Amino acid sequence: MLTYLRKRIIASALPLVVVIVGVFALARMTGNPAALYLPLNATDTMRAEFAARNGLDQPIWVQMAQYFGGIFRFDFGTSMRTGQDAAQMALRAFPATLQLAATTMIIAIILALIVGSAAAMKPNGILDRCSSFISMTAASIPDFWLAIVGIWVFAITLGVVPTSGVVGAAAWFLPVATLVMRPFGTLVQVIRGAMVSALSEPYIKLARSKGATEYRVIAQHALRNAAAPGLTVAGDLTVGLVNGAVVVETIFGWPGIGKLMIDSILQRDFAVLQACVLLTAVAIFVLNILIDLGYALLDPRVRPSAGARQRRKARAAQGPTHGSENRTLAPVGPALSTSESSRGNH
Amino acid sequence: MSALEMAPPAKDERPEPKNRRKAKTQSESRVSMFTMLLRDRFATVAAIFLSLVVLTAIFGPALMGEHATAQNLMFMNKAPFDPANGWLYILGSDSLGRSVLARIVVATQTTLLVAVPAVLVALLLGSLWGVWAGYHRGRREAISMRIADIIMSFPSLLLAVVVLFVFSPSAANIVLILAITRIPIYLRTARAESAELQSRTFVDAARTFGTNPNAIIVRHVIPVVTPTLLTLATLEFCFVMLAESSLSFLGIGIQPPDVSWGLLVAQGRQYLQTAWWLSILPGLAIVLTAVAANVLAAWMRIATDPAQRWRLELDRKSTKAFEKATRQAAKMQTKKGNDK
Repeated sequence: MLTYLRKRIIASALPLVVVIVGVFALARMTGNPAALYLPLNATDTMRAEFAARNGLDQPIWVQMAQYFGGIFRFDFGTSMRTGQDAAQMALRAFPATLQLAATTMIIAIILALIVGSAAAMKPNGILDRCSSFISMTAASIPDFWLAIVGIWVFAITLGVVPTSGVVGAAAWFLPVATLVMRPFGTLVQVIRGAMVSALSEPYIKLARSKGATEYRVIAQHALRNAAAPGLTVAGDLTVGLVNGAVVVETIFGWPGIGKLMIDSILQRDFAVLQACVLLTAVAIFVLNILIDLGYALLDPRVRPSAGARQRRKARAAQGPTHGSENRTLAPVGPALSTSESSRGNH
Repeated sequence: MSALEMAPPAKDERPEPKNRRKAKTQSESRVSMFTMLLRDRFATVAAIFLSLVVLTAIFGPALMGEHATAQNLMFMNKAPFDPANGWLYILGSDSLGRSVLARIVVATQTTLLVAVPAVLVALLLGSLWGVWAGYHRGRREAISMRIADIIMSFPSLLLAVVVLFVFSPSAANIVLILAITRIPIYLRTARAESAELQSRTFVDAARTFGTNPNAIIVRHVIPVVTPTLLTLATLEFCFVMLAESSLSFLGIGIQPPDVSWGLLVAQGRQYLQTAWWLSILPGLAIVLTAVAANVLAAWMRIATDPAQRWRLELDRKSTKAFEKATRQAAKMQTKKGNDK
C-alpha cells in the first residue's frame, strides 16, 4: 500500500505543481483587481496601497514563492472580496458539491446498471434499441438547457419545486435530475456493451449449465466482470462532477465549489481561486486512489498484492528469497472467493 | 479497414465468408459506405439532419441575416407555431419583435464555425502527436502523457476567462481554447492504438525493410487508427458544441451582437416566465444536432469495424432473418444445456 501510495503521489505531484503555477500566472493575466475593488476615482496612492496590501506590487515570481511558502504553513491567503480565509471559504463550499456529486452518481449508477443489463439481455431487441436511443439523447442534452426546461416545467408552470436554493428535499430534485442525465446516458452505453460481451463468455454458459438462477448469472457472474469498464467511466464522470458542476450550480444558486470558482475568477479573487483548484486537485487525487481500490475489489488480478505474490513465488522458485519486503495491501473480502472460483473453472 | 485493403490481392479476390454472405452475388463484393448509411434508418435521418444544419449554416445568414436584427414592434413576443403571424414568425419573436427562426438560423453559422474548426484542429494535432508518441514509446511517450495529464487537470473555464480578458473574445480564440483542452482525448486514444499497432507483424515487417519511422507511421499506422479517431471526432463535435454553448451561456464565450445557440438560450433565460420559446427552442436545436451527431457516430463505429460491418452490408430483411436465426440457435443451445 505504501509503495503504491508513494508511486501515485510522485506521479501526480508534477501535474499538480504545473497546474498551480499555471493558475497562478493565468489568474494574474486577467487584469488588475484594483480596478474592481477600488472606486472609479481612486488616486494612484490608493492603488499603490491596495497593491502593497495584497502583495501585488512585487514581481510575480516573488509572489509565487510566497504563495508556495504559505502552502507549507497551511496558509492559503485571504480573499480580497470578503477578507476571509481563502481555504475556509473553499472548504465551506466543498460539501455542497460533494453531496450533489455523490447523490447524482449513486442514482446514475443504479439506474444505468438496471437499464444497461436489461438492454444487454437481448442485443438489438426492442428494449435495447429504446434504451440506446434514450441513453444517447440523455448523454447529449446540454445541462444548462435541461436546467432551464426543468425550471420552466416544474417551477414556473407546475410550481412544485423552488427555482434555486438548497433548503428541503424539493430543492434537490431539479439539480440532481439535471446532473444525472449525462452520467446515466454514458454509463448505460458502457455497461450494455460490457454486459453483451460478458454474457457471451464461456463462464456464463458454465454457470447456466450448473443450474444457477438467471438472477445469479446476471448479478454475480456477468455484472461483476462487466463492472470494470463501467468503473473507469464512472470515475471520469465523478471527477467531472467533483470539479464543480459550474453551470448547474450557477443556475440553481447551489453554493458549491464550481460557483465559488467562477465567482472568484470573475471577481479576480486570486487566493480563493487557487484554494479551490488545490482542493479539487487533492479531492480528485483521493478519488483516483479510491477508484484503483475499487478495481482491486472487483478484479483479483489487478490487486497489487497479487503481483507481489507472483513475484515472490517466482523468486522462491529461483532460489533462497530475501524475505518479503513487498507486503502490500490485500483487501480480500469473502465475496471475492466466488468470482475467483468461477473464473478458475472455465 | 485499411491494412487489409492495402495488400492488392486481398481486394480482388476476397474469400467469401461462409455463412453470412451467401445471399450476395459476386459483383457486389464490397458495399459502399453510402449504401451502408442507407441501411440504417436512424443514421440516414441523422445524416440528412446534419446536412441540413450545415446547409443552413452556409446559406442561412445570407438569406435571413437581415431578419435576425430587424426589429418589428408590431410583432413583439409572439408565441410560436401560430400561422397567423406568417412563416418568419413561426418560431415566435422576442421582446424586440425579432424573428426567433431567423436568429436561430444565423446562430447556426457561429455555432458550427466554432465547433467544426475546434474539432478539426484538436483531431489533427492530437492524433498525430499521439500516434508519434505511441509508435516511439519510451521517454517521448511518457512526456506526452504527462502533458496530456496537465492539460486535462487544468480548469478550462479559467483559460476561457483569461483569453476573454487578455485577448479579444473572438470566435477564433474560443476555437483555440476548445481545441487545446480537447487535444488530450485524441492524444490518449491515438497513443494507445499506435502503441499496440507498433508491435504488430506488418509494422515489424516494414521496419525490417528499413522503412523510415515517419513513413511507417503515415502508411501503416495512421490508416488503421483513422476510423477510430473519426468516430471519436464525431462524438467530440457534440461535446465541443455543448462546451461552446456552456461558455456562451456563462457569458465567457461568444459575445453579443454575435449570436450562437448557447448565447440565445442564455439571453432568453430572463424571459422564461413570459416567453419560454426564446430559450427552449434554440436549446432544442442544440439537442437535435447533438443527438444526430451521436447517432451518426454510433453508426460509424459499426460501419468501420470489420467484425461488425456485416450488419450493415446485408439488407434489412436478411439481417433480421439472421438475427432471428442466431437467437433461436442460442435458445436451443441453452435449452440443451438446461436439459443436460
